[in-house]
Amino acid sequence: MTATKSHGDNTLLEVKNLKTYFKTDAGIVKAVDDVSFILEKGETLGIVGESGCGKSVMNLSIMRLIQSPPGKIVGGELFYQGKDLLKLSENEFRSYRGNEISMIFQDPMTSLNPFLKISTQMVETIRLHQKVSYKEALEKSVAMLKLVGIPAAEERVHNYPHQFSGGMRQRVMIGMALSCEAKILIADEPTTALDVTIQAQILELIKELAQKMDTSVILITHDLGVVAGLCDKVCVMYAGKIVEKAKTDELYAKPAHPYTFGLIQSVPRLDKAQDGKLFSIEGQPPNVIDLPPCCPFHPRCHEAMPICKTHNPPTIDLGDEHEVTCWLYAENKEPSDE
Amino acid sequence: MSKRVLLEVIDLKQHFPIETGFIIKRQVGAVRAVDGISFSVNEGETLGIVGESGCGKSTAVRSISQLYKPTSGSVIFDGIDLVNASKRQLLDVRKNIQMIFQDPYASLNPRMTVRTIIGEPLDIYRKRGMLDPSVDKHVIEKRVEDLMERVGLNKVFKNRYPHEFSGGQRQRIGIARALALNPKIILADEPVSALDVSIQSQILNLLTDLQKEFGLTYIFIAHDLAVIEYISTRVAVMYLGKIMEISRAQDLYKNPLHPYTKALLSAAPIPDPVVERKRKRIILTGDVPSPNIERFGCYFYDRCPVRMEKCKTNIPPMKKMDPNHEVACWLYQ
Repeated sequence: MTATKSHGDNTLLEVKNLKTYFKTDAGIVKAVDDVSFILEKGETLGIVGESGCGKSVMNLSIMRLIQSPPGKIVGGELFYQGKDLLKLSENEFRSYRGNEISMIFQDPMTSLNPFLKISTQMVETIRLHQKVSYKEALEKSVAMLKLVGIPAAEERVHNYPHQFSGGMRQRVMIGMALSCEAKILIADEPTTALDVTIQAQILELIKELAQKMDTSVILITHDLGVVAGLCDKVCVMYAGKIVEKAKTDELYAKPAHPYTFGLIQSVPRLDKAQDGKLFSIEGQPPNVIDLPPCCPFHPRCHEAMPICKTHNPPTIDLGDEHEVTCWLYAENKEPSDE
Repeated sequence: MSKRVLLEVIDLKQHFPIETGFIIKRQVGAVRAVDGISFSVNEGETLGIVGESGCGKSTAVRSISQLYKPTSGSVIFDGIDLVNASKRQLLDVRKNIQMIFQDPYASLNPRMTVRTIIGEPLDIYRKRGMLDPSVDKHVIEKRVEDLMERVGLNKVFKNRYPHEFSGGQRQRIGIARALALNPKIILADEPVSALDVSIQSQILNLLTDLQKEFGLTYIFIAHDLAVIEYISTRVAVMYLGKIMEISRAQDLYKNPLHPYTKALLSAAPIPDPVVERKRKRIILTGDVPSPNIERFGCYFYDRCPVRMEKCKTNIPPMKKMDPNHEVACWLYQ
């Protein structure tokens, strides 16, 4: 188990042993299983993983947006500035959601209401959290749209979502998410639906705004290139667990977990000519209902050992905030009797 | 690798009419999805087509395979112009042109078993008597099993339905189906963009293996530049229905000429934080403009960082910079 780090002054959000399970007819899905990490002030944290690894569910859990039933946060703690958010009532939590912690989603079309003008949607968000008049809220909305780079914001604020292109809609979403000066911005695959040139614009915008407004960002993505350009620290998730945590440079230079290694190696590189085959991780991502025992990655792992099938891998601190959950790095490879 | 030209596309245009009126339809304009592209594909090579969404890359391959009737231009495959070919001729030629689609969830019929899906092309041609007479049900059955094994699926699963497979496995079914008739060329429309990173590399490896084994030619579409650079022999960069630049894959990254190619390359993230920090990004302003209007200047004019007066009113022609590198930009004329 990870040793609890001392609460430094910089810790903004601490997720401790978070577990979110879903009850289905086929059994219990452990979408997020015992996940811990710390988000510091002004930091950008990347969460990488393939589809179905639980990265979105984890962030919905932080926002307490898991639909229950079937989903339930069954354990863990969520400290935001020292307060456990999971212990708050739904009403109390509302003053945090969208205000202190805000979120942008993957598909900017489906996350904006197509029937309402942008102005209506932005003013609603602002007035929900701040005691301001409609006029002030509208001014604030225009200012936010200007900040995110919407040209002619005074007029465009009265448009409907369909009158914006995909990249513009994502800008509107970002503007809306930051309109209450949120301390944490959770971006769930913010650029996956966008083209590369637009993706570059949006990433640049997130980076700039995070610095300007001193916002911490949790960036969820499957694209290792996006993480490399934007994040300070990275968590790699696989089958509901964080398998490796490190600073970005360290992770790319010295990936410790075989899964991280495979993930980095299996992407073709634009700047390096490759001949021959790409490295590939064999097999299919696991079915979360019926996970392999112990280390869920062992059936696909190129360095699997017999012990991986029989005992849960320990989390090992490699120094410099680099942690990996894998038997490869255990000094004592014998199973301890716990 | 032989240098024989297998497929040649000459000034292909695909316009979709925009109509108004309820009963009496009147054409008020056209979406110029593909607006005059020319290129050739040599036997055994992979031509990559890259571009942002809406640039017409999918429409281009669909016009090539005659799924859309092209507005004008010609597509010459093995000496036959497909645009003006008769139905019978087309049916015969199409045996050699197969497609792999982007979405492995939408491109397989959910009511068919894997066996029916992979065997369908064979069944169609057998019923029309266009296959060798020795091909009967058992031969097809055997062929389906062989294909499944070849693409990495267990043949025990042949009576299962597509929903029982994961995305990567479904894409393998799609590949097996495309291989069923022993085609000469496969048009792959974003075959890996819907897949996870680890599965993506499996499929890319499978496609390159198959190419070596069967001597296939690919036209490979993707929006991911790294994937395109990895798999392609030559790359065509498309923008708004026009080809901006064609070059050998390794030259394109080292020596991009067109301002759009440069911007595209600089926008593509590289999975290495050290490299990433040092890079200079060319951030293009604005979005891809509408393809509905007829253009008389360079198609990239609105977003080009180095545009000149001349570009506004003159369409730049393709210029050969060296035998394998062509670019359509006034900077190099």
